Amino acid sequence: MTPEAARLLAAGLAIGFGAIGPGLGIGLLAMGALQSIGRNPEAAGQIQINMFIGIAFAEAIAIYALVVAMMLIFVAGGI
Amino acid sequence: MGPKTKKYGIGCLLSALFLCSLCVIGALPLCNPGFRPNLRFQLPAIQIAPEKLAVIPIPGFPLPITNSLVAALLASILLITFSFFATRKMELIPRGVQNFAEMAVDAVYGLVVSVAGEKRAPKFFPWVATIFIFVLVSNYLGLIPGLAAMGIKEIHHGETVIVPFLRSPSTDLNMTVGLALVSVLATQYYGIRALGTLRYTSKFFNFRGLFTLPALLAGEEKLETMDLIMELFRRAIIDPFVGLLELISEVAKIISFSFRLFGNIFAGEVVLLVIGFLLPYLGTPAFLGLELFVGLIQAFIFAVLTLAFMTMATLIHE
Repeated sequence: MTPEAARLLAAGLAIGFGAIGPGLGIGLLAMGALQSIGRNPEAAGQIQINMFIGIAFAEAIAIYALVVAMMLIFVAGGI
Repeated sequence: MGPKTKKYGIGCLLSALFLCSLCVIGALPLCNPGFRPNLRFQLPAIQIAPEKLAVIPIPGFPLPITNSLVAALLASILLITFSFFATRKMELIPRGVQNFAEMAVDAVYGLVVSVAGEKRAPKFFPWVATIFIFVLVSNYLGLIPGLAAMGIKEIHHGETVIVPFLRSPSTDLNMTVGLALVSVLATQYYGIRALGTLRYTSKFFNFRGLFTLPALLAGEEKLETMDLIMELFRRAIIDPFVGLLELISEVAKIISFSFRLFGNIFAGEVVLLVIGFLLPYLGTPAFLGLELFVGLIQAFIFAVLTLAFMTMATLIHE
């Protein structure tokens, strides 16, 4: 396998596997938020704000994986 | 013809025009057998580091002027002009630009009060509001249609690409890391100011428990042997270790802030470019809408997380 091919394969694997965890995490967050809104519709505004904050944290991990993939494609040319 | 028919009529007309134009474009290769579309187009340059437009030749330290720097200056100029016009001739009952500005300030101030409380809100509000508004404008600067095609033709790696004049400042790691540094350092400053230097640094270097060890070992706190050992471990080893973790987490916050914003906006730009070539007329509006939403959310998250960390830093525990 040429280094070029390995690089591109690594980029695909990085973002592919890296998005599993955050995907599950965001789904769980949304599930918790929806359940609590269902139980207490009046607090919906506050719950939504906190849900978005939690989602941002979870999504940041996926973004790290994406940045690694992009570095492999665009930056690591000489490797 | 009632009003409802009229409303649907205009929508149907526009849709029909749009579909007709698609059919005309799609039929060109069929109707004209020798027709071959000109497939040599220049892509805008995609790279993580922002592209240099010019270099100021200061001897010993050449200063690069990148397209994201130009865009950041443009964003600042826009915001300053807006505030200038909003605060000129201020009236008690606001109208026009002042009204819009007051709405925005009121909304953000309400958010700051709801997270930080009435007492701390005036101190944190300028930071949080500036971060929110500047990041919002900087995210949206990259979405203006057509700007990616206006630029200088250069040759990168043997291919001709276009270097656009404007690139969203949030895609520049310099801007995002700088903003994250300011955010985290301001948090430390407010923490020290509220709690005093000794108390604040004892959060990270938590050796307070060590001073109570002699009393503990002498048996002054009546504990069973197992509990005694657990307490010993907790005060001597676990608490300092947790404090060290908190310190590392402060550094991780800088990385997390900057890369969250950078990754979201840069990936959004790349996706828009790819979709623009993959699914030209149909995919672009959907993804532009997504990018509008993502830009708003990321600005909001940066500001709210800064606010939350500032609030937590100034809380008096126990």
